[in-house]
Amino acid sequence: MRTPLRPLARILQARQEGLNPDSIEKENLKQRHEVLREKARGRAQFRLLILCASFVFAFGAIGARMGLMAATEPVEPKSSAPGAEILAQRADITDRNGRVLATNITTHAVYAHPKVMVDPKGTAQKLAEIFPELDAKALERRFTDGRSFVWIRKVLSPEQMQKVHEIGDPGLLFGPREMRLYPNGTLAAHVLGGTSFGAEGVHSAEVIGVAGIEKAMDVRLRDPAQGGKPLTLSIDLTLQSTIEEVLAAGMGMLKAKGAAAILMDARTGEILAMASLPTFDPNDRPAPIVDKNAEPGDSPLFNRAVQGVYELGSTFKIFAVAQAMELGLVNPDTMVDANAPMIWGKHRINEFEGHNYGPLLSVTDVIAKSSNVGTAHIALMIGPLRQQAFLKSLGFFDPTPVELVEAPGAKPLLPKKWPEIVTITTSYGHGMSASPLHLAAAYAAIANGGVMIKPTLVKRDGPTTGVRVMSEKTALDSVKMLRRVVLEGTATLGDVPGYEVAGKTGTAEKPKKTGGYYKDKDVNTFASIFPASNPQYVLIVTLDEPKDDTLSEVRSTAGWTAVPVAAEIIRRVAPLMGLRPKLEPVAPDAVTAASN
Amino acid sequence: MRPVLYVLSFLALIALGFWAYRENYATQAALKEVEGLQRQIVGLREALTVQRAEWAYLNRPDRLRELATANFDRLGLMPMEPSQFGTAAQVAYPAAKLPEISFTTDIQGTIGSGAEGL
Repeated sequence: MRTPLRPLARILQARQEGLNPDSIEKENLKQRHEVLREKARGRAQFRLLILCASFVFAFGAIGARMGLMAATEPVEPKSSAPGAEILAQRADITDRNGRVLATNITTHAVYAHPKVMVDPKGTAQKLAEIFPELDAKALERRFTDGRSFVWIRKVLSPEQMQKVHEIGDPGLLFGPREMRLYPNGTLAAHVLGGTSFGAEGVHSAEVIGVAGIEKAMDVRLRDPAQGGKPLTLSIDLTLQSTIEEVLAAGMGMLKAKGAAAILMDARTGEILAMASLPTFDPNDRPAPIVDKNAEPGDSPLFNRAVQGVYELGSTFKIFAVAQAMELGLVNPDTMVDANAPMIWGKHRINEFEGHNYGPLLSVTDVIAKSSNVGTAHIALMIGPLRQQAFLKSLGFFDPTPVELVEAPGAKPLLPKKWPEIVTITTSYGHGMSASPLHLAAAYAAIANGGVMIKPTLVKRDGPTTGVRVMSEKTALDSVKMLRRVVLEGTATLGDVPGYEVAGKTGTAEKPKKTGGYYKDKDVNTFASIFPASNPQYVLIVTLDEPKDDTLSEVRSTAGWTAVPVAAEIIRRVAPLMGLRPKLEPVAPDAVTAASN
Repeated sequence: MRPVLYVLSFLALIALGFWAYRENYATQAALKEVEGLQRQIVGLREALTVQRAEWAYLNRPDRLRELATANFDRLGLMPMEPSQFGTAAQVAYPAAKLPEISFTTDIQGTIGSGAEGL
């Protein structure tokens, strides 16, 4: 009920008592305000409460949802589009034209839970019948000695899986396995390397690279971010197959222990084919040889093209000559001392089979006739320091940068000190050892107009830049000299009509473990560049201990062994690369020359 | 007026509930179908990789070489050689076209009647 502000009774009474009636009104007004304020506060409190409750509810809901999400098992969203990306755990490897070199197929592994096995003895026997490499007795023992889990086989073929199914024992179980498959068998085996299983579980197993490019590029091949995009190599399957075929035939004919060949595009540094014989099947990689006395080259796993560090012999001579021309010390027609034998301190430098090409020989003929003495004199003009710097710039002091796990381990063997006698021997390829791949990269620099490009096994898109190691003119003159070697020098068997092969032979005696050299064990190398008028490709062929006994006398120099094999390779491979044979430019005759 | 509103909103609630129930089951069915399709896609993709591997295996150079040798009498395939390159001059020009024969032939002259000379 509303109280009047000026109740008449109290006003009259106050007037009688002589008090101010206004104070009564003030008092009442105050009371009324207080009531109103109480009411407003109550309402505000209620609103605050509602607000508070809604905040608590909202945050509580968010918190609860977060808790729920954190606590639940992660599941793949069912409704989103399926990802093809994570289908295979390891990317394919293809050649430069997209032909498959390595891929994955799904198979199964079989394992056993012996505790739930009905008939361990019978099962063991039936398994041994399906898999001849398993021993029934050993298997039975493992099934009955109380363990609860036994791996039986890592990879099964579908037929074998069906047979295991037909045994019908509940203790035999299958787990899916991704298996690496090399459909081309032994082809490019040393490049690819191989794989094996890493961490293994029942439901899946890691496939890891163990050698070759599979190991060197393991991270790239297993990177989920790459989305299973295949790794495209620079290798051309057709060329690789042709080279392996010809090389194997040559190796058989010459009874060589081993052979290696590298075909490289000089402009891009891409290795189009790399072969090493004997070879192996990466699908079924043989175990490495553990015998301590065995040489590493005895194992088929040994990649001669990359790991085979040999003295490369006379193929080195062109580097000394090229450097001397680059430094302006000689030109192709300069006559140098080639009087054999050359005496240097207590050393005697001979020519092959005691020849003497001297007393004077033009620089071009030093290369064409492969004169050790002539090269030695040229090397002495250059001196040890400049020689080392030049060989270093050609990559002979470091392992090759190619994408193989074996490459960093194959360091060139260098002499510890570099006195002048080492300068002399190195100039004709003795005293320091390098791999055929080193040689290929260095010859590619000559073929590429003096620009050194890093060799690679992965396909390159677009042009590549390199380091200039010699002038274009020096490179051109060097190729011309190498052409003379094939036309009239030590490699006349290497001439392939139409392809203008230029190259240099190298015959090096194998060093004994005990020091000194074997007289009858050679490593023969032919380093070639073709076509000489427009150098595009470099081919290195190396044969380990070859012997040509087709004629009455046994010949084991590179000119009779590695050169014909290389010529056959070029004859077969060049048309496959679309290289058209052409007539060599004829030297202008007197009439045309006079009219100009 | 009010009771009618109450009844109507209650009916609407029932209708919405029914709709939500149906949608729920339809969604679950769709998800199940998607799952099945995905499994099928994975299976097909796997089959595709196997077939690609098989193709590569059947087309491996060793096998092709053996097949070419075995069927030499029929196919006569030889390794590619430099001598197989030709020049443009070796390609014959297409034979010159003969003039077309039209059915309407123009014949000029006079037609003499056999009776004239008589």
